[in-house]
Amino acid sequence: HVYLLLSKCVGLLYSSASSLPSRCFRCKDIDVLPTLKLSCFPTALTMEIVYVYTKKRNEFGRQCNFSDRSAELHVDILPDPSLAVNFIERDPCDVPIQCTQEMSEHEVNTERFESDTRGINHVEGGWPKDVNPHEMEQTIRFRKKVEKDENYISTVMQLGNNMEHCIKQNNAIDIYREYFEEEEVVEESEVQPSAKTINVFRDPNEVKRTASSLSWHPDGSRKLAVAYSSLEFQKVSKDMSLNSYIWDIENPNKPEMTLKPVSPLVCLEYNPKDCHILVGGSYNGQIAYWDTRKGSQPVEMSTIEHSHRDPVYRVIWLQSKTGTDTFSASTDGQVLWWDIRKMSEPTERLILDPNKKGNLDNALGAISLEFETTMPTKFMVGTEQGLVVSCNRKAKTPAEKIVCMYSGHHGPIYALQRNPFFPKNFLTVADWTARIWSEDIKESSIMWTKYHTAYLSDGSWSPVRPSVFFTIKMDGTLDVWDFLFKQNDPTLSVKVCDEALNSLRVQDNGHFLACGSQLGTVTLLEISSGLCTLQKNEKALATAMFERETKREKILEARHREMRLKERSRSEQSKEEDTKEGDGEESPEELITRIEKDFYEIVEAELKKRDKGEEKKVADAIKSD
Amino acid sequence: QAEVEETLKRIQTHKGVIGTIVVNAEGIPIRTTLDNSTTVQYAGLLHQLTMKARSTVRDIDPQNDLTFLRIRSKKHEIMVAPDKEYMLIVIQNPSE
Repeated sequence: HVYLLLSKCVGLLYSSASSLPSRCFRCKDIDVLPTLKLSCFPTALTMEIVYVYTKKRNEFGRQCNFSDRSAELHVDILPDPSLAVNFIERDPCDVPIQCTQEMSEHEVNTERFESDTRGINHVEGGWPKDVNPHEMEQTIRFRKKVEKDENYISTVMQLGNNMEHCIKQNNAIDIYREYFEEEEVVEESEVQPSAKTINVFRDPNEVKRTASSLSWHPDGSRKLAVAYSSLEFQKVSKDMSLNSYIWDIENPNKPEMTLKPVSPLVCLEYNPKDCHILVGGSYNGQIAYWDTRKGSQPVEMSTIEHSHRDPVYRVIWLQSKTGTDTFSASTDGQVLWWDIRKMSEPTERLILDPNKKGNLDNALGAISLEFETTMPTKFMVGTEQGLVVSCNRKAKTPAEKIVCMYSGHHGPIYALQRNPFFPKNFLTVADWTARIWSEDIKESSIMWTKYHTAYLSDGSWSPVRPSVFFTIKMDGTLDVWDFLFKQNDPTLSVKVCDEALNSLRVQDNGHFLACGSQLGTVTLLEISSGLCTLQKNEKALATAMFERETKREKILEARHREMRLKERSRSEQSKEEDTKEGDGEESPEELITRIEKDFYEIVEAELKKRDKGEEKKVADAIKSD
Repeated sequence: QAEVEETLKRIQTHKGVIGTIVVNAEGIPIRTTLDNSTTVQYAGLLHQLTMKARSTVRDIDPQNDLTFLRIRSKKHEIMVAPDKEYMLIVIQNPSE
């Protein structure tokens, strides 16, 4: 039996006592009398007994007596086949079942959008309302009406005139055609040729000496070696310093290095193969070489007995495997070859005797040397007497060494250089002119400058342009000549300083050059780019020019030779002719020869007259100096 | 009026001229030597361009006015001589 205790804690819900069952569920015979204290109002959490079901004790306790019973069949429904008649047997069918969300499939078709291809026809607009554009008749009528209009007529006339003008214009010049296609744009270098002084290096000593020779450092040309000496005869004073300097071109205030020779250096050259070695020729005829790593004193000097007897005017490095060969020239008439490793004696000696006998007394004094590394067996010597001697190094006998001589100058040849682009042509600078020679023509130069008022002291080709060369004069001017552009005058003439200029050296890039003056001032100049960039066709034009001039000289030479021959034969013949008087009729051949003779005589007389005139001119020029 | 004919004929016979059109201010081709559709096309398009060109010129300088318009293209040159009421259009092929 169950006590139903409903505690008040449960709450409000239990409000009516009448709904409570009055019977126990299990044994229906017991009345459960609800004795309850109902309280509707929930009070605070006190366990108050709300319902109490009482039952008498003696009514309790009747035990459940379980007893066994036999199985009783209550209901038995047997299959009734008659009921099967109401049903039809179905074939076994497979029914798939799955446990998923139920979905359904559904088809939808949108409404069809109709598209169409159409063209738009520009319909002529503007037809007035009364005219139907499609009616041919009406349009024609309208048009005719317009055409009758005064305004129309005048307008069309006027417009027509304008239009005609433009049409004719179009027809006159075909604007679509390419004219001037083949012509290349001529680049006009509008920049005037100019030279700008960059730096000036002055002799730091009190007593100024001449900057007699310059040499650029072979690597990048950042340094310049200058040889200082006094070339004036017996003007050497006791206070004069013997030193030569190497300048860094960026620092004109102080030389970078001093070279202390025994006697002042007249010429100085960097070794193109080894940028630390320099060779110098001195005033007393000795050759010395320096190594800039080893200090200011020369590493070795040549012995006095075997050196030159006169100042060494030029020393050049030779092309050799060891890179230690040089040769030097001096006014004592000798050209000596040296190996700097053994300076006690020259390796070879050449005496510039024009008679090829090796006689020192006859020898020509050498002032300049020329050597081109592309032609290692040949070299040239410029002499005091104005002759250029071309020599072959490889000749066996000294007599054969001197190949030929070029004459034409009136004074010592201060500069001698082959054109770096055309080695067959060389430049000589002497007296008042600069001359260009061709190796093949020995009688005269092929081109020459006019006679200047001042003596030319040095010259050099431009290493970048075949037709440009530089000359310096004793009045302190530097001339830049461009022979393709102008032959009568220098293209550019710059007054570098007031005293005479003595030496000139162009840097390898052709852009900068240095010139040294009599007072030891070396000026570094920059030339405008027009003069140091190779122009179009320049090589071809220069080639043509040199060839042309060479040919001209050749022709003249041939003519001269012919005339000399004629002259000689004529003088012989005239002796015979005296005996042959009274000849009688002359045959046609004799007539021809006689006429020829007369002709040549006249030509010769004319030439002689012209020569005399030229000589006079030269004499005048000399006199005016 | 015969002069008009003569002028137009003369223009047409110049070297390189492909066609001549005279259009009025409303865009109606009065006189043409080309076929209708081409004429109409040219008339309509060039009319608008001429108006634009004229307005440009006048915008820059109000006292200025457009006297002639030339359009050079790869194939030919279109020349338009505008006026208040009418416009003369000539198409020429200069490089023959």
